[in-house]
Amino acid sequence: MTDLSELYQQVILDHNRSPRNFKRIESANRKAEGNNPLCGDRIQLYVQLDGETISDIGFQMPQGAGCAISKASASLMTEAVKGKPAADAEAMFQAFRDMLAGGNNAPGKLAAFSGVRAFPSRIKCANLAWHALHAALQNSGDPVTTESARDF
Amino acid sequence: MLDTAKLRADFPILARQENGRRLVYLDNAATSQKPRKVIDALVHYYSFHNANVHRGAYALAVEATDAYEAARTAVARFVNAWAREAVVFTRGTTESINLVAASWGRTHVSRGDTVVVTAMDHHSNIVPWQILCQEKGATLRMVEITKDGRIDLIDFGRALENKPKIVAFPYVSNSLGTVNPTAQLSKLSHAAGAVTVVDGAQATPHLRVDVQALDCDFYALSGHKMLGPMGSGALIAKPALLEEMPPYHGGGEMIERVYDDRSTWNRIPHKFEGGTPNVEAAVGLSAAIAYLEKLGMDKVAAHEQELARIAIERLSQIEGVTIYGSRDHRAGVVPFTYGDIHPHDLATILDRDGVCIRAGHHCTQPLMRRLGVAATARASFYIYNDVDDVDALVSAVRKAGELFGVLAS
Repeated sequence: MTDLSELYQQVILDHNRSPRNFKRIESANRKAEGNNPLCGDRIQLYVQLDGETISDIGFQMPQGAGCAISKASASLMTEAVKGKPAADAEAMFQAFRDMLAGGNNAPGKLAAFSGVRAFPSRIKCANLAWHALHAALQNSGDPVTTESARDF
Repeated sequence: MLDTAKLRADFPILARQENGRRLVYLDNAATSQKPRKVIDALVHYYSFHNANVHRGAYALAVEATDAYEAARTAVARFVNAWAREAVVFTRGTTESINLVAASWGRTHVSRGDTVVVTAMDHHSNIVPWQILCQEKGATLRMVEITKDGRIDLIDFGRALENKPKIVAFPYVSNSLGTVNPTAQLSKLSHAAGAVTVVDGAQATPHLRVDVQALDCDFYALSGHKMLGPMGSGALIAKPALLEEMPPYHGGGEMIERVYDDRSTWNRIPHKFEGGTPNVEAAVGLSAAIAYLEKLGMDKVAAHEQELARIAIERLSQIEGVTIYGSRDHRAGVVPFTYGDIHPHDLATILDRDGVCIRAGHHCTQPLMRRLGVAATARASFYIYNDVDDVDALVSAVRKAGELFGVLAS
């Protein structure tokens, strides 16, 4: 039995309570929306992409529309990718996905989400922001939903 | 209250351990667990009586048909239907409502007409009407709810001024537990010239239902929420309406005679039961009804209402907990939020203690918007729940508060 404290690690509770980069960036040149229609979680992601670099990133979740896992994941993601090349962000997304699918831990603070592996019903929550980031970087424009991506 | 210690032994799944604790199943508004009598009825049917119904010339087929039709009689008796023929077997409430929308709705609703639903309806009693209205160029009018979670009767009256063709509403709200004054709403709707479609999914398992006293025109129910198998359900309708309605699904069994270019229809209710029916589900539902009738529906209702009352009382003592819905006229459904903890996190934390609750919008997004929340946590009770289950719920909620260092909002 996995202890709850492995899912709700202190760093996750902290980022849920005080999300970083929790801001709207009206001037952002890349935007994406992520939806989890099953639970109603919604994220709006703003990315300022200058050349290949993510020079700024912010996210918003409507009041009550983000659980601790999805909000903390979005917050930690923005910290991890800010200032990094888009290719590095995509690589982190891959590492994050691999971790949740049972693979090795993702680098740095992202490893805090390794506990989600034991809670299959919450994997989509952890992945939501990353899928939105992927869509923003691809500049697809369409809202992403957890029901359209097979590996959510 | 019911003798739960004795009842629980009838439900094999309740012996299951969840993380070393007893299973505390509080998601009964989503689906109920099944007693051994129902499980055995399914096994018995396939072991001894299985054949296709209504067409076999041999003894086995007659037995299967008898079992299927006996189930129809059981459903008719359970809700005091106008006649056996008033009971159409469906896959559940959703299919029942879609049947009415596609058959009665398509025939009677045209451009400029109005269909009325309420803001507390389940998506299954909203979306079929949206589809119908879009197809016909009709208007869907959603009646508002009051602050304490009841249908706003003033707005209901205003909606009736449009002389709607159809008025649809739930007998009991799945998200709030509100028991609506269904007979009164039917009467008002009839006076305005509408037919009423009552979503009985949350009422039938929990109250004594009398469709003749309610005087609704259509009544939909799901078997799986009332101890029966998944995929069992029925539409109960006034026979005169069924008689004049066109079929829903074309196929075998629903015809009288098939010519090269056209067909004539079987008698009701068979006209609406094209294809091989889910006989197993009907047989299981029949066993479920027998089980509930033995307990007595008045006792079932009293038991759940008492558990809900205790749960509301104890949860309310936790600072930061908000309970939704009306104080009275409530079935055994307790929706709540706790400070700034998202209901999904609550559900995950409760699950670790073996407490199963639902978290989310409960297929009632219009209602959630009016409550001003994205989601709620919902505990819903049934006959096998007891005060220990309420205590397990309350103590797990307190644990969630400690883990999250909850901020009362």
